[in-house]
Amino acid sequence: MSHFLELSRLYKSFASAKGPLTVVKDFTLSVSKGEFITVIGHSGCGKSTVLSMIAGLTDVSAGGIILAGKEVTGAGPDRGVVFQSPCLLPWLTALENVLLGVDQVYYTATVRERRQIAEYYLALVGLADSMERRPAELSQGMRQRCGIARAFALQPKMLLLDEPFGMLDSLTRYELQEVLLDLWQRDQKTALMVTHDVDEALFLSDRIIMMTDGPEATVGDILKVDFPRPRSRQQLLEDPRYYELRAHLITFLEERSHLRPASAPSAPPPTSPPAPATAAHRAQPPTRLRRFFSAALTR
Amino acid sequence: MNQRFSTFLGTAGYALVGFACFILFWMFLSTIAETLPSPTATWEVARPYVLEPFAKRGEQDQGILRLAGYSLSLVAQGYFLALAIGTPIGFCLGLSRTFTRIFDPIIQVLRPVSPLAWLPLGIALFYNAGKEALEYGALFTIAICAMWPTVLNTAVGVRAIPQDFLNVGRVLKLSRTKMLFKIMVPATLPYMFTGFRLSLGIAWLVIVAAEMLTGKTGVGAFLWNEYNNSNYGNIIFSILTIGVIGFVLDRLMSLVESRFKSIS
Repeated sequence: MSHFLELSRLYKSFASAKGPLTVVKDFTLSVSKGEFITVIGHSGCGKSTVLSMIAGLTDVSAGGIILAGKEVTGAGPDRGVVFQSPCLLPWLTALENVLLGVDQVYYTATVRERRQIAEYYLALVGLADSMERRPAELSQGMRQRCGIARAFALQPKMLLLDEPFGMLDSLTRYELQEVLLDLWQRDQKTALMVTHDVDEALFLSDRIIMMTDGPEATVGDILKVDFPRPRSRQQLLEDPRYYELRAHLITFLEERSHLRPASAPSAPPPTSPPAPATAAHRAQPPTRLRRFFSAALTR
Repeated sequence: MNQRFSTFLGTAGYALVGFACFILFWMFLSTIAETLPSPTATWEVARPYVLEPFAKRGEQDQGILRLAGYSLSLVAQGYFLALAIGTPIGFCLGLSRTFTRIFDPIIQVLRPVSPLAWLPLGIALFYNAGKEALEYGALFTIAICAMWPTVLNTAVGVRAIPQDFLNVGRVLKLSRTKMLFKIMVPATLPYMFTGFRLSLGIAWLVIVAAEMLTGKTGVGAFLWNEYNNSNYGNIIFSILTIGVIGFVLDRLMSLVESRFKSIS
């Protein structure tokens, strides 16, 4: 079976004062058409970097990305990106923000048709009454709705969502997850979302990619989430398997994400985690200041 | 009485106290320095210019608003020339590190040069234009002196465009022109208008110097003529006029500026 999106052995290094720093190492993943994938990991582990490389906003240091049979070499409207901060242009109304992309993709359509497309998607995300408002007059949640409408209105081959609900309060987050899921089901879009919210990942995705801690972050483990669709949050919460999967994710994030992937898939979940060791692993590399203080304390 | 009106009255009240202090000090000074006309003496000589602001009694003997009009029109021309040149240069500086490294040093050298230094060069430059040489020289001087704030603020504004906005443009694959006019220019506008306001202030400073030296009709030339006529009251009157007009221009520009600030 040929995959819709293939990431093969992705590497990303940045130049730093102490020589090149490899943020993402040997990241391989295949995504089928119509799949909803979530990438989860600790903040700063490089999951957003992976998304940014697929979006074409960050160069790939080594490895390749193939989307629908073509190599990804730069940014383009065939991938609809929903940014963490909605990134609406403040001087344009909600409608104009969506139109900016629509004009770009449907350049053969008439002005009227383009407007209809933009209005259609804004109505789908529940902004029918606020199209003429500027971002400053919209709430955080409404802005992100607009961001989602903008991405979907492009009719992209796939969706890339970079912690799209990270800045929202939990009630709004639930609402928008449903909006997103609705739209995703309607269009059967392949989607890849980055998040650090375990429940969000379980509610939305078909598969969850757990990333190890950076630097040199890579795929640590993959969890299949096969709850039937359409999903309801209520049903999920009543399903005992939900808690098993949730426990698996949290165990990974708390105890195994720092382990190298070679041992990660086969390693049994440690029953009594060696607490001091974990803490030491998770701690940041000692800075000069930190070393100074620890020396002072042990004296 | 609504809140805004009463705060306005308060502000105006404090300002009046300041003006009163200024006039008292002026009166006091005029009793010591005998060449300095007192406020009443100044008002006496200025009266015909104020009461008939648009009169034209002769080439230099005109109502004050008519004189100011001449000055303003010259300033406007030089100012728009400054914006037309300064904004693109600012964009180039903001967009390209190499451009900045090449041209920033020379800009920093030219920027502090006084209008009085540029003016003779400007006139010499347009020497062949004959009668128009003075006017072109003045325009050149206004433009070159007034453009620096626009250049520098635009450059800062372009550098400050959030990466997120640029990413939106990249994801949508906007063409270069669309990227420029749909994203970069609107994002830079607040900074540009700060530059525009400062530039207008400088353009107005320069006009007086230019008119004094070129003898073109206007407020600055009027001031210089009245000095030559030993009519010191009108020097003070001119200074006050120049100050008030400069103040009004600045207020107007900051109104426009704040509108753009509130949008983005």
